[in-house]
Amino acid sequence: MDAMRHEADTGTQSAQALAQTKLRRRKRGGVQGSHNRQLTILALPTLLWFLIFSYLPMPGLLMAFKHYKVVPGQNFFQNLFRSRWSGFDNFKFLFTTPDAKLIITNTIVYNIIFIILGATLPVLFALMISEVHSKGLQKVTQTAVFLPHFLSWVVVSFFVFAFLSDDKGFINQVIASKGGAKIPFYNSPKYWRGLLIFVSQWKGIGYGSVVYLAAITGIDQSFYEAAVIDGASKWQQIKYITIPALKTIIIIQFIMAIGRIFSSDFGLFWNIPRQSPTLVNVWQTIDTYVYQIVRGGSPSQIRMGAAAGFFQSFFGFVTIMIANRIVTKVDEDSALF
Amino acid sequence: MSKRHKSLTGLERYNRVSQPVNLLFSALMILCALMCVIPLILVISVSLSKDRSLALYGYQFIPHEYSGDAYMALFRSNSEIINAFIVSIVVTVLGTISGLIFNSLLAYTLSRRSYRYRRAITLYITIPMLFGGGMIPFYNVVANFLGLKNNILALILPMAVSTWNIIIIRTFFQSSVPDSIVESAMIDGASQYKIYRSIVLPISKPVLATIGLFLAFAYWNDWYNASLFISNKNLKPLQYLLMEIQNNINYLREASKTASTMGTVKIPPESMSMALVVVIVIPIACIYPFFQRYFISGLTIGAVKG
Repeated sequence: MDAMRHEADTGTQSAQALAQTKLRRRKRGGVQGSHNRQLTILALPTLLWFLIFSYLPMPGLLMAFKHYKVVPGQNFFQNLFRSRWSGFDNFKFLFTTPDAKLIITNTIVYNIIFIILGATLPVLFALMISEVHSKGLQKVTQTAVFLPHFLSWVVVSFFVFAFLSDDKGFINQVIASKGGAKIPFYNSPKYWRGLLIFVSQWKGIGYGSVVYLAAITGIDQSFYEAAVIDGASKWQQIKYITIPALKTIIIIQFIMAIGRIFSSDFGLFWNIPRQSPTLVNVWQTIDTYVYQIVRGGSPSQIRMGAAAGFFQSFFGFVTIMIANRIVTKVDEDSALF
Repeated sequence: MSKRHKSLTGLERYNRVSQPVNLLFSALMILCALMCVIPLILVISVSLSKDRSLALYGYQFIPHEYSGDAYMALFRSNSEIINAFIVSIVVTVLGTISGLIFNSLLAYTLSRRSYRYRRAITLYITIPMLFGGGMIPFYNVVANFLGLKNNILALILPMAVSTWNIIIIRTFFQSSVPDSIVESAMIDGASQYKIYRSIVLPISKPVLATIGLFLAFAYWNDWYNASLFISNKNLKPLQYLLMEIQNNINYLREASKTASTMGTVKIPPESMSMALVVVIVIPIACIYPFFQRYFISGLTIGAVKG
């Protein structure tokens, strides 16, 4: 009897305790739940933005495999899903044109050059700034080289034009005043590879060197003090302290740039040569090619443009994934995800 | 303390690069700095030159004859330019505000560690950094599916949100807004919206100013969206007008023809397009040096952790 009562007692006790914890849990779950709900409501507008502007265009990649036809009065997705499948036809057409080879080689070759320069020039520049004695000069230079970063490519194209304009440009004025023959820059392809590379570095070096400068100023000064006491020369200090400290950042920026090897800085290639038809072999990249088609291409061009766009999105994704995998191995904290 | 400081500077002085190297570096740096500023100076002096002297001597660093005609003409006779100015300002203001709201709202939810869908949303906003539909589908969605062709929203919405800005703001919220404040507000029964508005935003002015400036410059400088979505001349921003001039040098000649039939000032085309460039650049050139520190801190947050 006693034992049974005891059992019943403990039974009610445990039931009470259970009810209590349930109540507590529900209450806590309620508060946390309502906060979760509130946070979701706050997140909703931005989530919707991503849905519309990032995710909605993604199924549009299927255009590359369709005989895309515009039927008046229907929207993009209706057109997309009602067009018939065409397999790899669009790609076949694209790759029979000379454009395909041109845009892919240009995109990749420029990017390789930009990647190499991007991993060296900003580092050298940051090293130079950090070693100069005058603090004032450091500040003024840093501010000045940052200016181009804040200008649009359209504005920069006028800067370049002021120097290179065929009849009135500053350079041609100097040439003319010395009795030389003016150079029709906007019709002379041989200058433009160098020019485009120069302008891209000119615009990017201030921004590019910021990360390195921050890293250099972040290096523990006691390393240098110890090195000086051990009799290390300036060069040895840079070689054995500064560069190793920057190594991770350099490698990561380098790999991330490789991940973007199939995309080009559209504004640079479109605006700086002013779309001069005689220079087209120098400035045409995947992005300028697709842009021209978006701005007014025939249906067959649109299909080829869709193929080029798919090529870029697909290989861009593959290279970024590979790059990120490698970054994760070098330095886990710097990985994109 | 001061003694130690002194000895440090002594060491620093001892460890500096030698004078010849310093001179070489200084010269190189001055050269770089000049290269970045000189084109602007050339453009400014062209914009201040009389057209006659441009015809005779071309683009020179020192105008042979000064004249403010280009600027007068810019604002007096061509209503399209004034209109574009207004469009640019409206787009910049609305874009910056909406961008700050969109980015900071999501950044706040991602900064709450207890939020249930935090990981899922992080993944959701990371995927677009790796993979996208590309230009043609994007164009079709905005212009055709959403029907935003020749709508000012097409200049504002596509640039408002970026994963990168969200990450920068989130990182700031996490490191600078103490969890204890947020938790005690929650215990006091404050709603998440109230916490975001009354606690988190006021503490976070530095990062909001930084991202706000990033956004403002991006909107002020945008020509790309306008070139895709705008053909109505009342909705063209300054940068796009400039791009059209670049595409079609005759544009201003046409404009000057209509202006002269209206009996207004004679428009000097070349100096005028350069004046337009100056008008676009000057606000940026005057503002960014004062905020450079914030830009740099924003950039380094982004670089340190994505």
